[in-house]
Amino acid sequence: MSTPHLAKHQQLGLTDAQVLSMYTLMLTARKFDERATLIQRSGKTAFHISSIGQETAQVAAAFALEKQHDYFLPYYRDYALVLSVGMTVRELMLATFLKGEDINGGRQMPGHFGYRKHHIVTGSSPVSTQVPHAVGIALAAVMKQEDRVAFVTFGEGSSNQGDVHEGFNFAGIFKLPVIFMCENNQYAISIPAHRQVAGRIVDRAAGYGFPGVRVDGNDALEVYGAVKEARNRALRGAGPTLIEAMMYRIPPHSTADDDMQYRTRDEVEYHKEQDGIESFRRYLFECGVLNEELDRSVNEDVMREVNEAAKYADKAPYPEPESALRHVYAKDGGA
Amino acid sequence: MAILTYLEAIRAGMSEEMQRDEGVFVLGEDVGKGGVLNATKGMRDRFGERRVLDTPLSESAIVGVAIGAAMVGMRPIAEIQFADFIFPATNQIISEAAKIRYRSNNDWFCPIVIRVPYGATGGGGLYHSQCPESVFFGTPGLKIVAPSTAYDAKGLLKASVRDDDPVLYFEHKKCYLYISDDVPDEDYTVPIGKAAVKREGDDITVIAYGMAVHLALKAAEQLEKEGISVHVLDLRTLHPLDQSAIFEATAKTGRILIVHEDNKTGGIGAEIAAIIAEHLLYQLDAPILRFCPPDVPAVGMAPTLEKFFLPNVDTLKEAMRRLAEM
Repeated sequence: MSTPHLAKHQQLGLTDAQVLSMYTLMLTARKFDERATLIQRSGKTAFHISSIGQETAQVAAAFALEKQHDYFLPYYRDYALVLSVGMTVRELMLATFLKGEDINGGRQMPGHFGYRKHHIVTGSSPVSTQVPHAVGIALAAVMKQEDRVAFVTFGEGSSNQGDVHEGFNFAGIFKLPVIFMCENNQYAISIPAHRQVAGRIVDRAAGYGFPGVRVDGNDALEVYGAVKEARNRALRGAGPTLIEAMMYRIPPHSTADDDMQYRTRDEVEYHKEQDGIESFRRYLFECGVLNEELDRSVNEDVMREVNEAAKYADKAPYPEPESALRHVYAKDGGA
Repeated sequence: MAILTYLEAIRAGMSEEMQRDEGVFVLGEDVGKGGVLNATKGMRDRFGERRVLDTPLSESAIVGVAIGAAMVGMRPIAEIQFADFIFPATNQIISEAAKIRYRSNNDWFCPIVIRVPYGATGGGGLYHSQCPESVFFGTPGLKIVAPSTAYDAKGLLKASVRDDDPVLYFEHKKCYLYISDDVPDEDYTVPIGKAAVKREGDDITVIAYGMAVHLALKAAEQLEKEGISVHVLDLRTLHPLDQSAIFEATAKTGRILIVHEDNKTGGIGAEIAAIIAEHLLYQLDAPILRFCPPDVPAVGMAPTLEKFFLPNVDTLKEAMRRLAEM
């Protein structure tokens, strides 16, 4: 039954305050990302890996899940996801600057998340190893009879790793409460999706006996709806869902990559026009959640937060050199 | 106190830990029916199919899923059917399990046990006989144990389950039924990181682990009749090595022979030799010797090939005699 008097987000169960908060988080991730790139270009940091073009889907997915309850296994571009489930810009900046106060003590490359308090599970650089971990977390939830899901992301390049397929099969057999979301940003460093992936990733779900859904990753509400449904399915014991969110990696692979060696400026410009944040902004204007004045103040708040975070992290001290020796085992000051 | 086989002791250790702690569970290929080597025999009837979980044939998922479960409070025991099949899980073990505590600055940790049945047992060929412990040795963040007795098998299994870090538990398949000894009924653990002197002697020291300990003890017994007194140290834990026990055993005789079934080059014996050379070179009365299979990819299937490949009491005795006479 249609309810024409309700805006689309309200039909999906999202309040005006929630969608405004989603927009704010998308902007926060974008502004953080732009700043982190500038900081790298200025020579203050060695490396940045960007999520520009992927924020919309990440924020939307997070809002369909339960913070500090469900488990999140992000991949290295998920700044908007981790911001949406509890990390702060200051914490992301501390990681960018590799400072001692960083939750990972400056040990990890930027973009390698982990934060137990927020149920953000620690990750590494060999891609897709987090997929079986998500399956194991889902298995533990079933064994402990807890109503929670594990949500794991990976890129379309990583979808070719054995761990993805082993994880899919394992989760499919035991109908585990896990949501697999492929952030298909069209490029695995320099290799376009059509040279990286045979067939469609979404269709791989059928091979493991669970549904696959392809969504427009630039459409926040479509992503939200798909993840919400996947979560409901998982919680009622119906098993995993694969979501393939289609998007486009606007920047080069990382600050160490020159993307003009393998794609054209026109192609990138075309995709900038499809920006999910901009279309979400337009949507919020259309349904009256956002207006010029509010948008300006949201932008100002975000910029202030990013400025303060960058300033703070820049000044923060590096980790003590000898801290390198700690936490190899529990007895070195561990649990 | 009862006499148990090494295999029964492993099973008793797992069962007692599962009884003690709801979070402990076993997962692996065919573990429900008891496993192809019978380690989990009868456990599904007792604990149910969820806690004795038959997995797909997917070693990376077996370990990866165990890691995920461990990070959220479970205490999984993952069984790799044969050590030879552990390699698909190596990325999960070395890149993930070993580094989770360190990379997260102690925010996360990964208390898994990976049981790895290893070693040649007669007719296993290249891919049912290997000793891959050296692949994982020297990976900080991992612990590696390799018991040689039923007592240690149970005590180390229990210690591994209770340990807050990932433990690779290497169980020698030839010990399963060949080795039995007194195992207490009451709860006990054998501390990880502690070697054990299995025999006191004055002339030469043999350092070994797993099945090689029994070869060394038998050889030592025979050499005693020839007037050679042999000191035998069972490492029990391979990583971290019990350096002080190695130093004591070295100082005792000044003549060291290290024996293992893993390849000589890059094996654990190489590290032990280096540690001794670094710290106690001037207490040595002879070069440090290693007695190991030849550096061929793995053991051949034909009985003649296997016999040639493996150390046995006679060949080991010869090496020990050579050292005593140096």
